[in-house]
Amino acid sequence: MAYFSQQLINAITLGAIYGLIAIGYTMVYGIIGMINFAHGEVFMIGAFISLIGFMICSFLGIGSAPVAILLVLLMAMAFSAVYGWAVERAAYRPLRGSFRLAPLISAIGVSIALQNYVQLVQGARPKPGGQIVSGGFNLFSADGFDVRVSWLQIIIVVVTVVLMAGFTWLIARTSLGRQQRACEQDMKMAALLGVNVDRTISLTFVLGAALAAVAGMLFLMYYGVIDFYIGFLAGIKAFTAAVLGGIGSLPGAMLGGLMIGLIEVFWAGYFSSEYKDVAVFAILVLVLIFRPTGLLGKPEIEKV
Amino acid sequence: MGVRFPSMLKDAALTAFVAAALGIFIVGFRTVDVGSRTGLSFDYQFADLAVAIVTIFVGRLGLSLTAAGLRWPVVALGVAMIGVGASQLKLPSGFLHWFVALGGVMLVIRGIWPWARGTMTAAAGTPTGLALGQAGTKWFGWLLLVAAVLLPFTPAADQKTMDLAVLILTYVMLGWGLNIVVGLAGLLDLGYVAFYAVGAYSYALLSTQHGLGFWTVLPLAGMMAALFGIVLGFPVLRLRGDYLAIVTLGFGEIIRLVLLNWVDFTNGPAGIGSIPGPTLFGAVFSETPPAGKQTVSEMLGITFDGNHRLIFLYYIILMLALITNLFTQRMRRLPVGRAWEALREDETACRALGINPTNTKLTAFAIGAMFAGFAGSFFAAKQRFISPESFAFIESAIILAIVVLGGMGSQIGVVLAAVLLIGLPEWFRDLGNYRMLAFGLAMVLIMVFRPRGLIADRQPSVRLHPAGSGGGP
Repeated sequence: MAYFSQQLINAITLGAIYGLIAIGYTMVYGIIGMINFAHGEVFMIGAFISLIGFMICSFLGIGSAPVAILLVLLMAMAFSAVYGWAVERAAYRPLRGSFRLAPLISAIGVSIALQNYVQLVQGARPKPGGQIVSGGFNLFSADGFDVRVSWLQIIIVVVTVVLMAGFTWLIARTSLGRQQRACEQDMKMAALLGVNVDRTISLTFVLGAALAAVAGMLFLMYYGVIDFYIGFLAGIKAFTAAVLGGIGSLPGAMLGGLMIGLIEVFWAGYFSSEYKDVAVFAILVLVLIFRPTGLLGKPEIEKV
Repeated sequence: MGVRFPSMLKDAALTAFVAAALGIFIVGFRTVDVGSRTGLSFDYQFADLAVAIVTIFVGRLGLSLTAAGLRWPVVALGVAMIGVGASQLKLPSGFLHWFVALGGVMLVIRGIWPWARGTMTAAAGTPTGLALGQAGTKWFGWLLLVAAVLLPFTPAADQKTMDLAVLILTYVMLGWGLNIVVGLAGLLDLGYVAFYAVGAYSYALLSTQHGLGFWTVLPLAGMMAALFGIVLGFPVLRLRGDYLAIVTLGFGEIIRLVLLNWVDFTNGPAGIGSIPGPTLFGAVFSETPPAGKQTVSEMLGITFDGNHRLIFLYYIILMLALITNLFTQRMRRLPVGRAWEALREDETACRALGINPTNTKLTAFAIGAMFAGFAGSFFAAKQRFISPESFAFIESAIILAIVVLGGMGSQIGVVLAAVLLIGLPEWFRDLGNYRMLAFGLAMVLIMVFRPRGLIADRQPSVRLHPAGSGGGP
């Protein structure tokens, strides 16, 4: 029981990170119907910017952890958003209206380029991030096993929940959210009614990138080590989360992220950690075969 | 013609600003290990960043100027940039020389592009140009083939060249195999390397553990890979384009992870070594014959030369690649081949006309997988050592890039693309890590400027009505 609870806590933390990345996939897919293959790399870049941010904070002598985290959070969000914008501008906008696979291929190109760019300028070795937040408390003890919750895990879950709530509000209540939903339904009609489609799509990428950057920062704080290659695996897992939850649906992305976190942690905890990624990929395949609309998605009707 | 400098300057400044925002942290602060417990420290690279940003500013300005019609000043600017890049000027790093020079090259190309294209179109329109063009398309493939057959006999065929030629031909074959799936049937397969891995491991395991020879295993490996193609393809082939892409990517990763983790069977990350090479009528290529075997040099009565093995490998892969090509060309004329192309153009219409989409896709998937299996067992025989590392996602991406760059569905395009994407980077090996960066950027640029590939050949093989009479995308 205690072991199970501990795994559950770890799984929720991991799931929160995946969920944040998955939102980026789901929003972009919702609005332009395409997989943003470079999203995982934006997450990786967010993690790198956070690493550099924390180092700058420590050089400037900002000792207080909350201030440092807040500063780095804003910094990573802002600068990763530029990457999101650039990806859209370079690889997606020129190809809108091209054949369907063209943007996917160009996004794979962007993904390869970004990975190698970071490897070149930052080096290929894993980067230790140091411990920014330490400590925690014992939730309860059973069978001689302490169930621990670290402050870090609480921060991760709280940040995720706050961002999720803010985001849901943004989509449901603001004019930007309305414009996004309009573009999602019918881009041409939205343009006719005065919605700036280019700007809306750009903003979707920007918002997705900002959330991915947060995920990158949390990932850095949680695992303590990053390298230029983390984006690939995390990206695929988050995409799986988005598909599992029903691509195009915000709560679905969060739910999917949570489930992927659960599957991964419990598989590693009870079966074998070597095959945890295989389990996640298998879930992806199974969901796509048996329920391609995901758990909370709307069925897509193909129009001729 | 009014040239509005202020707005151009503003535009270029904005671009430079975005570049600065992109680069300030990632490029400006290089994190380096200091080796002590503090972990990392900074190595500031602001000078590099500044040079790069200035280059981007000038480049963007140049592009706007060309768009406004000021071509020759831009060409001059580009030449000046190439000059700066090639000069002995002390830029902060060697890469920046390349960066500035390449920016200059881009400006020059952009500057002379309208003129060059006009001239080319005009030249192609003249009677000689027309005749040349027709002869070119007709005979170019044959010329390449003759050149490929004769290559080992030319003085250029040293070890480096032959190695490279074998590598390029392997990718040509893989490209042709994937072309069946992506180019003809229109299924985006991001896990093609999985079948390559199946072929390679089939040969490696059967030869090292059961003593089977290359020629026995070759068809088996192809069948094995095709079987994998059918088993993996059957459940997923009804998915739409990009979902299919992700599922195949997932399969590719699953197979790699299994190869990596199933240590009893595949020897895990350590890989499988001392795989025997292919034999020529039972004779092996080595200086001293192993027990009970004969070497080729003894059999043919020639002196031993290490290059013979390479030349033999070269002809094997050339033959395998040609078989792939011939097979595809013939398949395109069969009903199933036509069904592939029809399916690529419009699945719903095909369904309405009574084509079974799943079976049709499955044949394409299995045949593509089979050729990957052949290529895989050749790869294992050539390398004599394989490990899961050789079958990462990036390989799939490279093969896909070859197919896409070549122009999906075009056979000769695949050859050109393989030479460009594999040959050039290998030749400029000292570019090192930059070549993958350039590779990714090239993929983006090709998609943006020539989304149909170098040789756009998406014309259906057969048409009810002649081209130009309406219909088609």
